[in-house]
Amino acid sequence: MRFMFIVKSAHPFGPPTPQFLEAMNKLADREIKAGRLLDNGGLMPLATGAQVRITDGQLSVVDGPFVEAKEVIGGYATFELQSKEEAVAAATEFMQLHKDFFPGWEGTCEVRAFAHTGP
Amino acid sequence: MTAADAHRAILAVWRIEQPRLITSLARMLRDVPLAEDLTQEALLAALERWPATGVPERPGAWLMATAKRRALDHLRRGQMLARKHEMLASDMEQEQQTMPDWDTALDDDIGDELLRLVFTACHPLLSREARAALALRMICGLTTEEIARAFLLPEATIAQRIVRAKRTLSESGLGYETPRGEELSERLSSVLEVVYLIFNEGYTAARGEHWLRPQLCHEAVRMGRVLISIAPHEPEAHGLLALMELNASRTAARTDAAGEPILLLEQNRALWDQLQIRRGIQALGRARELGGAGGFYVLQAAIIACHAQASTAAQTEWSRISGLYAELAALARSPIIELNRAVAVGMAEGPEAALVIVDGLAHEPALKTYHLLGSVRGDILQKLGRFEEARAAFEAAAELAGNRREQDLLRRRAAELPA
Repeated sequence: MRFMFIVKSAHPFGPPTPQFLEAMNKLADREIKAGRLLDNGGLMPLATGAQVRITDGQLSVVDGPFVEAKEVIGGYATFELQSKEEAVAAATEFMQLHKDFFPGWEGTCEVRAFAHTGP
Repeated sequence: MTAADAHRAILAVWRIEQPRLITSLARMLRDVPLAEDLTQEALLAALERWPATGVPERPGAWLMATAKRRALDHLRRGQMLARKHEMLASDMEQEQQTMPDWDTALDDDIGDELLRLVFTACHPLLSREARAALALRMICGLTTEEIARAFLLPEATIAQRIVRAKRTLSESGLGYETPRGEELSERLSSVLEVVYLIFNEGYTAARGEHWLRPQLCHEAVRMGRVLISIAPHEPEAHGLLALMELNASRTAARTDAAGEPILLLEQNRALWDQLQIRRGIQALGRARELGGAGGFYVLQAAIIACHAQASTAAQTEWSRISGLYAELAALARSPIIELNRAVAVGMAEGPEAALVIVDGLAHEPALKTYHLLGSVRGDILQKLGRFEEARAAFEAAAELAGNRREQDLLRRRAAELPA
């Protein structure tokens, strides 16, 4: 089953610590070598992005910053895993790293299965 | 959380941690079968403890500490018998003292260790079946029960295969080695063969109700990705990964809602997994860059890539496919490859040319009980308007097919022919 992990947090927490980045790189490297991690990436701050919306039947383009945004997507990863349990275990390990190496960080890793998946 | 949920959650953690556990222990003990036993003991301990205590914060560290404790116990028990073990035990104790941060052991690069493990599990000394079971257990972290379910075999059969294989490895005394250079390429073929066996067992489930056993495909593709990360310069490893990714990309399109198989040319290509196709094409490109265009797996991947890249069945480049089959046939003489070449030639040049090849295979002993010979022959005869002979071919093929769904498909084709 293919999963997407979407990492969200309420507000920016400043730059990540070097220890956090190092631990994260090691985890990503291990997951690639284990054949589970297909793709991952971090996103630039929402303020530098744009939104193309449809509201009341009207299409509009809105540039950042977006004052109303409550939770912001900071990054994503695509995994191929055997089960939802395995996805939750992987996400738990990933969030444990935040807890251990990025003090003060708060947020959510949303675990979602793809509608169509490979084997 | 029910007990069954907890069990599944523990096994999921286990699958993530297991390769690192076994490689670390194998490095310390220089004995893969023993390392494997100890990781299993750690799993049992977790299955006993965690349902009550919950999964600990750093489950990998917990499992590692448990397994290492058992390793020390084991070595102490044997201390009086073997001086070598004694030295190992003291090495390990020292190592433990000098490495207090085992808890955060995300650090060890397991590439080399994993490579060694793969070569041990897939040692040519072992039968193909034993290699497959051992690889699923040691590299993918599947339990004996899961492996048995995947292969539709009794658990006792798989357990016995694993025990025997481990005994063979222990007795041979070569439980721990990494081939290098030319030997690596040579030995790699034994590994690739096993991975491909596992994939095929899942992809065209030969027995039983289901035509696809996704877990085996999943594990095989994953092992393929492991192989290219630990042996990145081997074109055939990339070729096999490409072949598996490209074949697996059609999974969603291969059966209808009732689970009936849909043949490749009739599949809805919108259901093909484009992400997986891209990965397959990429792996194929890498294999060619490494000079492996003519390799056994690379050629097969190239054939599947022709299908994957045709946006409709009509746009398939059949002449290119038949050329690739000819290359493949020259590389590995096999009646099954010839049969596939016949299909491609039939599409490129017409059914008469295909029938010549198929008739040449009629007395091939290896195809005597192979249902696809009759299936292909029936198809060609149907195109030539020789319906009576086509019906007989389909019916004979149905008798030989082991999978119920394939039998049904062949009988349906026989029944649908004009009288």
